[in-house]
Amino acid sequence: MSLKGRAHKYGADVNTDVIIPARYLNVYEPDELAKHCMEDIDPDFVNRVHSGDIIVAETNFGCGSSREHAPLAIKASGVSAIIARSFARIFFRNAINIGLPLLECPEAVDGTESGDLLEVELVSGKIRNLTKRKSFTARPYPDFMLELVEAGGLIEHTRKKLAEKGT
Amino acid sequence: MGKTLAEKILSQKSGQDARAGDIVIARVDLVFLQDTTGPLTARQFQATGFQKPANPKACRIFIDHAAPSPSRELADDHIFLRHFARETGCGLSDVGEGVCHQLVAELWANPGDVIVGADSHTVTAGGVGAFATGMGSSDVAIAMALGQTWFRVPETFKIAGEGDMARGVTAKDIILYLIGQLGADGATYKSLEFVGSAFSKMNMEGRLTIANMAIEAGAKVGLFPSDRVTRDFLKAGGRGARYQPIQPDADATYERVVEVDISRLEPMVARPHTVDNVVPARELKGTRIEQVLLGTCTNGRLGDLALAASILKGKKCHPETRLVVAPASRAVFKAAIEAGYITDLLDAGAAIVTAGCGPCLGLHQGALGKGESCLSTSNRNFKGRMGNPEGFIYLASPATAAATALRGEITDPREVI
Repeated sequence: MSLKGRAHKYGADVNTDVIIPARYLNVYEPDELAKHCMEDIDPDFVNRVHSGDIIVAETNFGCGSSREHAPLAIKASGVSAIIARSFARIFFRNAINIGLPLLECPEAVDGTESGDLLEVELVSGKIRNLTKRKSFTARPYPDFMLELVEAGGLIEHTRKKLAEKGT
Repeated sequence: MGKTLAEKILSQKSGQDARAGDIVIARVDLVFLQDTTGPLTARQFQATGFQKPANPKACRIFIDHAAPSPSRELADDHIFLRHFARETGCGLSDVGEGVCHQLVAELWANPGDVIVGADSHTVTAGGVGAFATGMGSSDVAIAMALGQTWFRVPETFKIAGEGDMARGVTAKDIILYLIGQLGADGATYKSLEFVGSAFSKMNMEGRLTIANMAIEAGAKVGLFPSDRVTRDFLKAGGRGARYQPIQPDADATYERVVEVDISRLEPMVARPHTVDNVVPARELKGTRIEQVLLGTCTNGRLGDLALAASILKGKKCHPETRLVVAPASRAVFKAAIEAGYITDLLDAGAAIVTAGCGPCLGLHQGALGKGESCLSTSNRNFKGRMGNPEGFIYLASPATAAATALRGEITDPREVI
């Protein structure tokens, strides 16, 4: 699974209230959520983001509320992966559960600026900054997480498993 | 080798010898959702193809975050949740009953229970000694369907507190101080275990306030050993039989030990826009405050209202500062009426709103205007949290909140008590 896009860089402690404010929690259609992604921290994000782009951030990305709307909004905005120095606990599990890959790689965060073209390979954990011609390695994905991400998330994965059991 | 509280509870619920770092599958005693994350959770549950939870009696739905509904869209979400509760057999706590975390503590959480909720402040029940943690909608939907979920057993930070709280200092000041020390991600994925004489003497309300904010340091759970205070709390709620003492072993392994001399602490405030941006209240003297919020799952309990009422009784709030009070539950609201606290607060100029989350997350009952500042007894001061990215939120104790409402600027409560 290879992902490629431009970097959007953010600082530390990007919380789920700024990723998707509570006033949109009654929305559950991913495309509608995507329209408000990052609205309270970067109102122009939705105009700049393109399919495949990658969010790059400092520590504790996704802290705060347990709202799964946050990774859903990011994924639906077209973002293909998030690279950060570290992630908050609930967000980490939520993102994997909805099929949005996350990578912890401090070197890649240091070596990337907004607008750089990045390429990520989940199986090997390889991150290439094509603009700066540098490459980094995050911890590769364990098989069960890859399986979840490839299935499109925990719900799809469970549904498939239930269907297999039923037949 | 001895065990921490987290290892003990997860061992009991998984039937395995659970040690930090292990992955275990644990039985879940209570699964719950609320009206902002709940509709997505219910839809995920349905999308997976499940009809009924493994144990509907152990599942509960709360309508508390935007209750009563401020809009037709949220009213429709409430209808959907009520239908879902009926179809699946889950229990329902509707408008006006109170904040999910307060009701869980008052009515359901027992020492040694495993509780998962689609809300990050599920950690509150750690005050009662329950391994309680927040999860996202997909995880909660699956936990509901299966009656179990997987956990990575967390490493533990032992928070050892000694000494008595000084005048004007409360449990809220202790946890704000600790988050300032640990940092907003200082305890990511960890269990915080609160031991020592300061915590064993602390009443249940204080314990719930502290456990509630464990997540603000990134922790998975904030646990108190269950002891006499826990037993008396359960007994008073008619659940004395559910008591079991659970203490960490003396030779348990801790990743880190943090020792705090509680007697040296003073009233603290977290400044915008992160919870770890903490300074003593006195350093912020002169900061204008347009709104004070007293309440929420952090500080909306009877003792909190009593403390604020004792400071405001017979006085008036500053004319340019509005005081919004949201009791944490109907039981708290009623007891506060009977004790006269609500009359004292009303006489001081307070607006009392429905028992529930109030304006904490910006959906209703007190969203901030452009450039306005709110001093709140809640747990989050993120940009935009109270409905406006151009607002500013300061977090503090009920005593600091009452003193601030009186003066119209951030005030160390020791100046007025």
